[in-house]
Amino acid sequence: MSAPNKQYDPVEVSLLHPDEVERARLEALAAVAAARDVAELKAARLAHAGDRSPLTLANREIGALPPQARKDAGIRLGAARRSVADAVAARQAELEAERDARVLVEETVDVTLPGDRRPRGARHPLQTLQERIADLFVGMGWEVAEGPEVEGEWFNFDALNFGPDHPARQMQDTFFVDPPGSGMVLRTHTSPVQARALLERGVPIYVAVPGKVFRTDELDATHTPVFHQVEGLAVDEGLTMAHLRGTLDHFAAAMFGPGTVTRLRPSFFPFTEPSAEMDLTCFVCRGEDAACRTCGGTGWIEWGGCGMVHPNVLRAAGVDPDRVSGFAFGMGIERTLMFRHGVADMRDMVEGDVRFSRQFGMEV
Amino acid sequence: MRVPLSWLAEYAELPPGARAADVAADLVRVGLEEEGLHTGDVSGPLVVGRVLAVVEEPQRNGRTIRWCSVDVGDEAAADGPAARGRGIVCGAPNVAAGDLVVVSLPGSVLAGGIAISARRTYGHVSDGMICSARELGLGDDHEGIIVLQDLLGPEVEGLAPGADAIPLLGLAEEVVQVNVTPDRGYCLSVRGIAREYVHGRRADVRTAFRDPAAQRLPAAGRPGHPVVLDDRAPVEGRAGCDRFVARVVRGVDPRAASPWWMRRRLQLAGMRPISLAVDVTNYVMLALGQPLHAYDLDRLEGAITVRRARPGERLTTLDGVDRALDLEDLLITDGPDGERVIGLAGVMGGASTEVSGTTTDVLVEAAHFDPVSVARTARRHRLGSEASRRFERGVDDDLQAAAAELAVRLLGEHGGGTPDPGVTDVDDRPPRRAVPLPVGEPARLVGRDFTVERVTDLLEQVGCTVTGRGQVLQVLPPSWRPDLVLAADLVEEIARLDGYSEIPSVLPVAPPGRGLTTAQRVRRSVSRGLAEAGLVEVLSYPFVSGERHDELALPEDDPRRNALRLSNPLSDEQPYLRTSVLSTLVDVLRRNVGRNGPDVALFEVGQVARPDGGERVPPRLAPGVHPDKEQLGALYAAVPSQPTRVAALVSGRWEQPGWWGPGRRVDTADLVELVRRVARTVGVDVDVAADPDHAPWHPGRCAVLRLADRTLVGHAGELHPGVLARLELPSRTVAFEIDLDTVVGAVDGPVRARPVSTYPAAREDVALVVAQDVPCETVRRALADGAGDLLEDVRLFDVYTGEPVADGYKSLAFSLRLRAPDRTLTAEEAGTVRDAAVAVAAQRTGAVLRSA
Repeated sequence: MSAPNKQYDPVEVSLLHPDEVERARLEALAAVAAARDVAELKAARLAHAGDRSPLTLANREIGALPPQARKDAGIRLGAARRSVADAVAARQAELEAERDARVLVEETVDVTLPGDRRPRGARHPLQTLQERIADLFVGMGWEVAEGPEVEGEWFNFDALNFGPDHPARQMQDTFFVDPPGSGMVLRTHTSPVQARALLERGVPIYVAVPGKVFRTDELDATHTPVFHQVEGLAVDEGLTMAHLRGTLDHFAAAMFGPGTVTRLRPSFFPFTEPSAEMDLTCFVCRGEDAACRTCGGTGWIEWGGCGMVHPNVLRAAGVDPDRVSGFAFGMGIERTLMFRHGVADMRDMVEGDVRFSRQFGMEV
Repeated sequence: MRVPLSWLAEYAELPPGARAADVAADLVRVGLEEEGLHTGDVSGPLVVGRVLAVVEEPQRNGRTIRWCSVDVGDEAAADGPAARGRGIVCGAPNVAAGDLVVVSLPGSVLAGGIAISARRTYGHVSDGMICSARELGLGDDHEGIIVLQDLLGPEVEGLAPGADAIPLLGLAEEVVQVNVTPDRGYCLSVRGIAREYVHGRRADVRTAFRDPAAQRLPAAGRPGHPVVLDDRAPVEGRAGCDRFVARVVRGVDPRAASPWWMRRRLQLAGMRPISLAVDVTNYVMLALGQPLHAYDLDRLEGAITVRRARPGERLTTLDGVDRALDLEDLLITDGPDGERVIGLAGVMGGASTEVSGTTTDVLVEAAHFDPVSVARTARRHRLGSEASRRFERGVDDDLQAAAAELAVRLLGEHGGGTPDPGVTDVDDRPPRRAVPLPVGEPARLVGRDFTVERVTDLLEQVGCTVTGRGQVLQVLPPSWRPDLVLAADLVEEIARLDGYSEIPSVLPVAPPGRGLTTAQRVRRSVSRGLAEAGLVEVLSYPFVSGERHDELALPEDDPRRNALRLSNPLSDEQPYLRTSVLSTLVDVLRRNVGRNGPDVALFEVGQVARPDGGERVPPRLAPGVHPDKEQLGALYAAVPSQPTRVAALVSGRWEQPGWWGPGRRVDTADLVELVRRVARTVGVDVDVAADPDHAPWHPGRCAVLRLADRTLVGHAGELHPGVLARLELPSRTVAFEIDLDTVVGAVDGPVRARPVSTYPAAREDVALVVAQDVPCETVRRALADGAGDLLEDVRLFDVYTGEPVADGYKSLAFSLRLRAPDRTLTAEEAGTVRDAAVAVAAQRTGAVLRSA
């Protein structure tokens, strides 16, 4: 470095010569432009804008110029260095963007690779269907009631107007709990919860009761000794069979679609009077095939029993049948699932093969 | 109940051309559900033929065939032994010239789908076939061909060769089979079905129904066979027998056969023809619904007495079974003081007075027995009969004289018998009671208005007598409808005859409800949580064997061995009800492993029955009786405890191997975490500790899970290898079972939210050396307790054994996340908390801070 020129001597500093500055600037820009990656750019920056670069060295020589020449040289050199710095910054941004884009490309994975480290779980469709039905009734303001599966005979039969010697009591195919005379059975229907709910809640009452029930049927394609029902019970002032039909029509439409055609058919249950069965048009033949195996050619399939709550049932629960009236129904959940989802064989619902439930996932 | 259409048409107006399906459609409208439609499977040409000539031709195989010429009324070219008629080869020995026979001509199809064609056999072309009863589906007889003179008797008069045999023999008769509900006893007869059919047609019974019970009865007055009704122990206050009609017919030809039409109707209705006397009683029962019994008068000893059984009495019933009688059984007896038992009233007669092949004098019994008494006897002796089925469901108590008369008349007509002029009719029937019907009741229950005129008209169609004016009608039900006792019963009749299809559809508006209960919501969350974790929900049957408790290695005094037993299990191998969900879930796991490989994850939510031995037999109450508080308490208390449990069973791998690397076998920690997660889902924390002594789990790999107050929630871990081996489950299978009711009970109202601090957290890691047998949970809890309020989370991140940790010790590395609600913690503060945490851990577990 030249010594400070305090003498205002007109000294020639070759590094600061305008041509020299311009040459260094152009060399620097060329080197920056030639840099192909961030590392090369760094090398170019060090070479042309670093401590040992011509422009930096020239900058240090400004002091060697006489005072009157320093200003011009400073302006000239400053412009040159800014020009190089700008070029480096621009090139840096360019190269970084290129590098980032390249990294993303290099990071490509096969997005179709499976990620099934854990097998999928599923709810049982009979359970989700019961929940769905419960939600339907809760949406109408009803509540969901429950009861025990091992049930007192009084709740399962007597409170429901099944006399001890009534043929209907024998037709229920009941599992009895030892010893004989224990008074306990496996409930043959969800209807005992009618008695429990009336006793515990009083009227007005609107409850749905999904649950497990038992009959002494051997398992085959259409029967199972353990199955599910949803009971409905509504007792209030002014309820009629028209309300029963309205409720079941709504229920049927929610389960099977708005076009579902229903039929009430006279029937008999000890705990309802009048009594009915609700039938649905056959999903398979729509009533148009006399040889249909699903409906036996009748065009109708049975969905469940229903009727107006028998006065004796209300009395047994301490409710005055002259003041209020009510309706009750009990629909088969398995049948509903079969009709709704085309399940042909009851055993699929019973055996617990995970492949069956997985078809449904978490919803029905 | 099976009803041949021709029989129905005798009592009810049938539209021309009505088919069985049409009849079934009309019957279902009034509540008689179709169970089946039946018709013969024989198709023509099937004609009457007259055998003109028969030539016996012995064959080399030892058989003799008969080469017949049969006139079938056509001009077919003769090829037989006579100048006219078709040549037909027949094997039956009873074919003879002059016989009228049934000939199936080529093109016809016989019972079982056998097609007939002209074929060459035994050196002749047989141009058709002479039929046996079996070939026509008319019974089992295949000994010989049908000879119409024998089959039809006098009805054969005027029958010409070539006549169509299908209508002649009722081979195309259609039969409707309907299900009769237990309240409709009178529909176990063609009479009852015919009446209902008229209702179903919406026709008027006064013109469209012809009552077969409208028999002209002999003038009363002369006494018949003596009968005494002596029920000294009525069941529930009702006499066992309140009407007994007895008629005697003498000189019946014991060889007389039932007429063809009667046998055919019995067959079509599903009964086997047996003998004239038996067929007549069955026919009258099917026609009218009144069960009859025929006694051999010669074998009766004097007066008939109807009474309850005496101690030690026995009876051999018609089915040959010797039965010990119960004091409550109602009996038919004879002899002095009724000392000989001759029948179980309304259920089955005895062998000693049975009509036989030599009976000539017959006593016909037509009685009315109490439904409950008959039901109990039939059930007690496991002896259901056509008679008991009808009496249990209620028989018309005004029918006995007419039924006996019809039977007597048929025995006279077809057996040549002469009725005694004397008629026994012991009639102790209580008067029928009118049912009050408020005029607004039909509308109140049906939701549709009916005028008084309409109500009266519909009830009169049913057979009721309606009297009374003003707001309450008095309705006297007909004798065949003992089920009509309440206003609601009458309303059903009105709605049914008016048509259920007329009932409008109105959605009721319920008062606002409270939504699902906490328990219901918790059960859903838990199930959903387990399914989200990769488990599949299943529903197993709750039936288990006694051996299952041994297979699960339950100790002798384990409360889970205290299982309810079924009196009538489906399988004698599985008579018990499960006391744990796992005990039945294991079978589902085995099935899945067999079908789908070893990696299976299942769960089930369900009730288990856990009697505590304190249950008492509940009181018996009559239907319609509201129990008092004490009775109700006893009814509730008698039902055993049935907690809802959730169990999970996982075998094989928790994580599958794949392109990402190896899989991982499920372990105890996975299941413990599952329980914690499930409980946490609903806001409940469970404590975990080792339980070295709880079957069916592995003693070293079983966690007991409790609430903070020590209440038992359940167990989780690996199952005992011995249990797995016995149950043939994959080794290292893990399981949990928890009491969901306990978890629900621990849900403690709405969560009280703590504010979330936005100040930075401080992290302190500590490695503690403790003895190998110190549970991690104990150390973690000590750290948490020592760290106090500033601790946000403490988490184990490493377990290390080996150098430099001494033998018998392990190093547990925990990460503590600390945070203050109101400031940034200084390094000094964080260090103080850490030291306090370590100090408590050191004090409780002997933990030593491991120097780095």
